[in-house]
Amino acid sequence: MTHDDVLIGELLDDASLSLVELAQACHVEEQWVLERAEAGIIQGDYQAEVWHFFSEDLIRARKLITIERSFDADAELAALVADLIDEIHQLKKQLKVT
Amino acid sequence: MDYKDYYAVLGVSKTATADEIKKAYRKMARKYHPDISKVPNAEDKMKEVNEANAVLADTEKRAAYDQLGNSYQHGQNFQPPPDWNAGFEYSGDGMPNGDAADFSAFFADLFGQAGQSRQKGNHQRRGEDHHAKIFIDLMDTFKGVTKAIVIQTPQQDAAGHVIRQARNLNVKIPKGVKQGQHIRLPGQGTPGLSGGPAGDLFLEIHFNQHDVYQVKERDLYENIAITPWEAALGAKINVQTPDGEVQMKVPENTKSGTKLRLKGRGIPTKGSSGDLYIVLEMVTPPANNEKAKQFYEEMANTFSFNPRQNTKA
Repeated sequence: MTHDDVLIGELLDDASLSLVELAQACHVEEQWVLERAEAGIIQGDYQAEVWHFFSEDLIRARKLITIERSFDADAELAALVADLIDEIHQLKKQLKVT
Repeated sequence: MDYKDYYAVLGVSKTATADEIKKAYRKMARKYHPDISKVPNAEDKMKEVNEANAVLADTEKRAAYDQLGNSYQHGQNFQPPPDWNAGFEYSGDGMPNGDAADFSAFFADLFGQAGQSRQKGNHQRRGEDHHAKIFIDLMDTFKGVTKAIVIQTPQQDAAGHVIRQARNLNVKIPKGVKQGQHIRLPGQGTPGLSGGPAGDLFLEIHFNQHDVYQVKERDLYENIAITPWEAALGAKINVQTPDGEVQMKVPENTKSGTKLRLKGRGIPTKGSSGDLYIVLEMVTPPANNEKAKQFYEEMANTFSFNPRQNTKA
């Protein structure tokens, strides 16, 4: 490939990530993703017995990993922290918008 | 390559216990957590802290690192002595958990080789996926754009060393992308081992701050100032949208803060595009001369108006 070649990627969420792909993207075991998806910690979309994950799930999963690893946090606790961080971000954004 | 004093990064002594290192790391992780930290360059600081922890919290890596001795200063030019880590075995992969691109050349040179060379001769293995943020202008999403980006990717050289290589990529950013959305570039992550496929590169879209528009999902918000007489009597005003100027009707008796929606004028998408919300802010002219003051006094006498009448003390 030369530097002039233009790469055309796949846009999530026109396409979705499978459970295996999300695990690979986050450098974790598939079981890690599955447990959190089944617990509703990572939302995903479960259809016809297949999980589909999107951009927001990828961001969420990476955030959870950081919290869990940094503080040896339980999955539920990490989810609570992630929820609070998201809410702070939304409120800050709202302050700017209105 | 610059020497990294991992003990200084975590703010612990060289004789710190595992527990002290863990406590120091958590303290730093709270301070520099990129989602909440107000410290400038918190994200870079957090990477540095993660890297220091990856070495000092791992008994084997820490022992090997300590072998380097005390003669180096943080930031000093450094080349590892030959066979500096002879006799040390790392139980984990060379690169610890996380994105390998987040680790410094110093770390990759010292510890990257172990994991990679250990895997030589193993069965095929897929390369790791990588992540990078890409910042685009809001207007880029209205027409699509090709962005030139530089990605730091760990690569294995002929001797099995992990080196960080800068790669220039031209990436097509399609029309209609939104904040937080990802573009996946298959095969642009770490090369695979023993003929395994390369990992993918995930680009996370971020918008540069725009002077006029605030972005919320696919909707845009724009503050527009109106005069008291436009607010009271109604008016037709010109409004700048991403697609050009349009004329918009301000209804009679509009209150400051009223939001008017211009449907489909937000971020485009294949389905229903976002909307543009015009937030009207009434601006009063200053009473900076006698005539103006007199006019405001006339208004006060004409209107029996108390905007605070429903405010309880």
